[in-house]
Amino acid sequence: MQEKVSMSNQTQNNNALIVSASPHIRDMESIPTIMWAVVLSLIPAGIAGVFTFGFYCLYVVFLSCITAVITEVFILWLRKLPVLSALKDGSAVVTGILLAYTLPPSVPWYIPVVGSFFAVAIAKHAFGGLGNNIWNPALAARAFLQVAYPAVINSDWRTLTQHGIHKLVHNITQVGAEGKLLDAITRATPLAKEAGAETYHLTQLLMGNIPGCIGETSAIALLLGGMYLIYKRHIKWYVPAYYIAAVFVMVLILPPQVATPWIKNPFYHIFAGGLFLGAFFMATDMVTSPLTKRGLIIFAIGCGILTVLIRFYSGYPEGVCYSILLMNTATPLIDRFTKPRLYGTKGKKA
Amino acid sequence: MKTGDRKFFAMMTLVKSKLKTFIGGIHPEDDGKLLTKGKREVSSTLPSTVYLFMSQHIGAPCKPIVKKGDMVKKGQLIGEAQGFVSANVHASISGKVVDVAPWPHPITGIKSPAVIIERTEDDSWIEGVNENFDIDHISPEEIKQRIQSAGIVGLGGATFPTHVKLTPPKDKVIDTVVMNGAECEPYLTCDYRLMLDKPHEIIQGLKFVMKCLGCKKAHIGIETNKEDVYTLFKDVLSNEPQIKIDLMEVKYPQGAEHQLIKALLNREFKPTQLPLEVGAIVINVGTAFAVYEAVKFKRPLIERLVTVTGNGVENPQNFLVRLGTPIKQLLEEAKATEVANKIIFGGPMMGIAQGNVDAAVTIKGTGGILVLKDARQWKSHACIRCGRCIDACPYGLNPSELSVMCEAKEFNLAAENNVMECKECGCCSYICPAKRPIVHLIKFAKAEIAKQRVKV
Repeated sequence: MQEKVSMSNQTQNNNALIVSASPHIRDMESIPTIMWAVVLSLIPAGIAGVFTFGFYCLYVVFLSCITAVITEVFILWLRKLPVLSALKDGSAVVTGILLAYTLPPSVPWYIPVVGSFFAVAIAKHAFGGLGNNIWNPALAARAFLQVAYPAVINSDWRTLTQHGIHKLVHNITQVGAEGKLLDAITRATPLAKEAGAETYHLTQLLMGNIPGCIGETSAIALLLGGMYLIYKRHIKWYVPAYYIAAVFVMVLILPPQVATPWIKNPFYHIFAGGLFLGAFFMATDMVTSPLTKRGLIIFAIGCGILTVLIRFYSGYPEGVCYSILLMNTATPLIDRFTKPRLYGTKGKKA
Repeated sequence: MKTGDRKFFAMMTLVKSKLKTFIGGIHPEDDGKLLTKGKREVSSTLPSTVYLFMSQHIGAPCKPIVKKGDMVKKGQLIGEAQGFVSANVHASISGKVVDVAPWPHPITGIKSPAVIIERTEDDSWIEGVNENFDIDHISPEEIKQRIQSAGIVGLGGATFPTHVKLTPPKDKVIDTVVMNGAECEPYLTCDYRLMLDKPHEIIQGLKFVMKCLGCKKAHIGIETNKEDVYTLFKDVLSNEPQIKIDLMEVKYPQGAEHQLIKALLNREFKPTQLPLEVGAIVINVGTAFAVYEAVKFKRPLIERLVTVTGNGVENPQNFLVRLGTPIKQLLEEAKATEVANKIIFGGPMMGIAQGNVDAAVTIKGTGGILVLKDARQWKSHACIRCGRCIDACPYGLNPSELSVMCEAKEFNLAAENNVMECKECGCCSYICPAKRPIVHLIKFAKAEIAKQRVKV
């Protein structure tokens, strides 16, 4: 159509007028600007991850992104959809980065590859592509990996040296950071409940020099990125706020099963594990969360409650991933009961 | 300043702005008003031919009462209102009726009856109009009668016959007249110029409306980007305590009836209801001026201010234009560039894009002609459920879900979800990052639903 317009422009002017429905001006924000802003906001957490765990992390992130992009191109081609415009929107890159950030820093190379493929091909495109997916693709893939490769995902940071392929990388990081880093990654995650698991200082949890997944350890870096997105109004401030607040309150209320020194410390629960990553970057995923403010607040509180339930009463140390996936599932239901109020009426329905 | 920044600073100051406004709406980044803000009204050259539609208002079309070959004078009645909800049409120039024939209507796009008049040299009024009448002891009925015979309609764009507004049902009490000086539509400045140049006349027109309805109170709402108008009106109104004037936040659609009444009177009513449900009526400043002209001089509505603007014209202007003037002539006077690729009747938010400039003529509701040279067409994407449209919708609808329903042609479902309450203000489409043509889809669905209802 646009080609036609410009062609006829040269020959006859008045026939070239565009006729379309109002409005005739649009906001500058588009899907690409939002997605690339999310990518930008994820960079500080990535830098913190590389700082803590070494350059191998970068490799994991890179592999994850590349696989996501290649899968996106492949599936778009299969679905006979325009490849280039969909690729430019950056949603595949966001999925790739988010997935990598939820992986342990020393995963074997095929884990991000398989995960990314699953995220884009199954979790996203099998449900209809960007906008139609039910679950956050990165989290769905992370859940898939946890079931498919439990040994690697759950205990990887302690069995690091068993993977021969990583020895080399290890040596590099060791040289680069004088052994200190290796020390950090061979210990248990802060939320591990086994006897003898270590407790960390709150400042450590804030800065991020603790064991954990690549992008989740530095609360400060995640907060920085999150604040940027809130400032740009790409995410709503009340989603992370209510999520974190709900975790805080639930930790105070609920009686835990295991007695670790930190289990009733709400600050510890907030800064340790993947809560910040989940609250700022995954629960705020527009596609898989409710539409209205009321709906989003219910969604965020639900995520918070489920997170603490899983952390306290399940076999998993971490509950962020599954809590968000479960609330994703409940999103259509929440939407149904939180319709906006028609102007000039009081009740739910006009 | 970018929208995000502005909102961020508003949030940071944590002081609730004292400016009156409503919930929702948008802040278009480039409101384009600077192009014509400083342009005083200029009369466009008299057109050699005018095309006067029998339907320039909401309601029943007029019946032409002249025929081919008749000589008419300026201000002569040529189309008689049919029924109560209808408005007279008068000759805007003196001349000879060359035809009474269907002509493509700029709003509906359908050919509809028009009286075509070719101008003769003389440009004098028909007898009985354009005299200075005594207005001190005029009765409310007389005011309404003059407004009705002058064919005045809402000049803000809705073109609802004004005399109908002034005849509320017996069980409704109108206590306040609200005058709309917001002019929230980007690019348009014709109301602004009118307010600057004719404040006394506008206030007098407002007083006529108040007298006609027996109202004791009136509110005038002005957006903060027109502070000079605010100070001017404050001055003019210094001895009129019954007329209150307020500054409002610059936000679209601040000038729509619901938003204006919410901001000024804090009263809410459903989108499909009329302001009289909450005891108010809204008139535009242009309408108030037309009322003044009609009551004081018995001048029928035959001309209005039209902002011709946009980056597709080299000489943007506020023209005083006779109704029925071909816009081709206005575009020439405003020096429209050859590369213009979109011509819009009205503003960029609610205006109607024209496909054929040769036939298009101005009508009573034409407040602006926007000429764009680099108009874009956006590729739409599936909804990413960001919820911006819901935040922006001033009527509490769910444009996101409605657009999906309309796209899937689930019209019954859309109707259940209040699609008929949509006023098509365009906030949702404007803000949508997926560039979905939400208003387009909703308009389509509304038309289909209306068709179904007629069948049943």
